[in-house]
Amino acid sequence: MSSPVIELRGVSRAYGDVTALRDAELTVGRGELLAVVGPSGSGKSTLLNIIGTLQRPSSGTVLIDGHDVSALTDRELSALRAQSIGFVFQQFHLAAGTPVLDNVADGLLYSGRSRAERRRLAEAALRRVGLGRRLLHRPHQLSGGEKQRTAIARAVLGDPPLLLADEPTGALDSASGENVMALLRELNAAGTTVLIITHDRDIAAGLPRAVHLKDGAIVRDERREALPA
Amino acid sequence: MSGTSNPRARGTSTGETGTPVTARRPRAARLSPADLLRTSGSGLRSRPLRAFLSALGIAIGIAAMVSVVGVSASSKEDLNRRLEALGTNLLKVSPGQSFTGEAARLPAEAEKMISRIGPVEQVSAVGKADAKVYRNDHVPAARSGGITVAAARLDLPDTTGAEVAAGSWLNEATSRYPAVVLGGKAAERLGVHRAGEDVRVWLGERWFTVTGILHEVPLAPELDYTALVGWPVAESELGFDGYATTIYTRSAENAVADVQSVLGATASPETPNETEVSRPSDALAAKEATDATLNALLLGLGAVALLVGGVGVANTMVISVLERRAEIGLRRSLGATRGQVRTQFLGESLLLSALGGVGGVLLGIGVTTGYSASQGWPGVVPAWAMAGGVAATLVIGGLAGLYPALRAARLPPTEALASA
Ligand SMILES: Nc1ncnc2c1ncn2[C@@H]1O[C@H](COP(=O)(O)OP(=O)(O)OP(=O)(O)O)[C@@H](O)[C@H]1O
Ligand SMILES: [Mg+2]
Repeated sequence: MSSPVIELRGVSRAYGDVTALRDAELTVGRGELLAVVGPSGSGKSTLLNIIGTLQRPSSGTVLIDGHDVSALTDRELSALRAQSIGFVFQQFHLAAGTPVLDNVADGLLYSGRSRAERRRLAEAALRRVGLGRRLLHRPHQLSGGEKQRTAIARAVLGDPPLLLADEPTGALDSASGENVMALLRELNAAGTTVLIITHDRDIAAGLPRAVHLKDGAIVRDERREALPA
Repeated sequence: MSGTSNPRARGTSTGETGTPVTARRPRAARLSPADLLRTSGSGLRSRPLRAFLSALGIAIGIAAMVSVVGVSASSKEDLNRRLEALGTNLLKVSPGQSFTGEAARLPAEAEKMISRIGPVEQVSAVGKADAKVYRNDHVPAARSGGITVAAARLDLPDTTGAEVAAGSWLNEATSRYPAVVLGGKAAERLGVHRAGEDVRVWLGERWFTVTGILHEVPLAPELDYTALVGWPVAESELGFDGYATTIYTRSAENAVADVQSVLGATASPETPNETEVSRPSDALAAKEATDATLNALLLGLGAVALLVGGVGVANTMVISVLERRAEIGLRRSLGATRGQVRTQFLGESLLLSALGGVGGVLLGIGVTTGYSASQGWPGVVPAWAMAGGVAATLVIGGLAGLYPALRAARLPPTEALASA
């Protein structure tokens, strides 16, 4: 039996006297596709950063891909991110002036794979996200949707078990946003666990599972069965 | 097995189902040297003008220091080559001053005695005559222009390395006649620019024909201000007493010091302490030795320029880290360890200053070559100066990049990502 990809037990995070996340309990199994939804300031990014091991909780237990985060050193957490977690951000974070191919290839820079292999995988990943003809373009020559698909390609070229996306459609118009959502669904269908942060209830409603946050607490965990694609 | 130092580090946990799950501890991969270089160079490539300007600061400092060392080495090399051409085996002995203060003279047999010293290969001499030389017979007697008149042995040019610039040196025949060969400066002062039967000077109350003019003699500069006549004619026409006042010798190279130590006593066995023995090549080297104080000052200025350049690099790196927080956050999210972020920025600083260092060394070589060419010197930049220049920049790059790199590494990933 495979372990859950994400397991949070009583996880809290405080910034001074602000409690950004309170006693969160969450289990996400392999191959799930879920949204974390809530108003601004409700602790969505905090939750994602903790799951992404970019931040440690103030208290509670975090298990990611079977690893107890508190037992790992900063160096080991870096390795965990390099091997098991892909990130997609609202602002894309692409390196200006660097060709799309190399931007994507750098997604595996810290994974120990050779440059030739990284570039080969990058080309395959770019094909997968529909940018196979844009390999040598620079980020500024791409539309917002294409930039985000580039960022997604960078996050998944090593086929990580977990993909975390913080407002991936936040900077996009609705058409590009739908495009990106479709891509994330596709990746999920191919086996990747995908967690999407959004404050857009429509997007959340379109996913099989939605975790609702309010004032740092998980207030509802909705699961729907069959969904239209 | 790892993790024994941390009591919580088990890599084992209980999953949702209650089944224990064992996971290997993740291990960070190393960057290959090529990836390291590429990563460190990425910041420079994306801001080439800024990189160029900060490297320029370093380059100017290094160029200044390399040029100072190079120019001084080139001038030394030039001196060495000239000395090698002139020979360092010339020794000179003159009577100096007697105990009572009057000019002493060397014994008549001094030349013969000296030529008997084993390693001595050549001996020649001049003897000062009590005569004055003028451009013509109208010049007042007081204006003799500081030119000495001396009798010269015929082998004087061979021994001292004197060369004739115009006309010819004295020979058996002309040494008996009123013929004169002028030292370079003497000819200039007398306004004589060529030699020939029709060129005459007023010497010792009669006309002498100028048969030759000498080039300047580096090892015997006193000859430059001398009008040289034959030994016989000096005795017959100028009241010269026939005593040599300066004797020149060339010896076997390996015995010059030995000869030097006995030369005074051999020349004047009765008053050896009154004789003055010198090695003109030493005097020449001492006179032309580069000014050490000035060099130290220029080197100091170069070091200050280098320091300012280093501060410039540090400044660039601090700004770079501030501007690239989002990139740092992204790299951390991609799995870069703190050490890898630190190495990237330290590497960038090292690259930046190494670029400046190499540029500075090339610039310094250029300046040295150009200046040496303009002086007619061989251009020489010592290898230690080049290696030292590059090494100094690496030290500076390391120091300048250390603090920014530590800051970049300490930046929490979430904070870095949030700054975009
Ligand atoms: N570094 C920090 N220092 C102090 N307070 C913080 C920090 N990061 C987040 N917070 C606070 O924690 C709370 C949750 O923040 P978080 O960024 O997780 O919200 P969010 O749900 O992602 O909001 P948004 O939808 O606006 O992105 C907020 O009140 C915020 O002010
Ligand atoms: Mg947020």
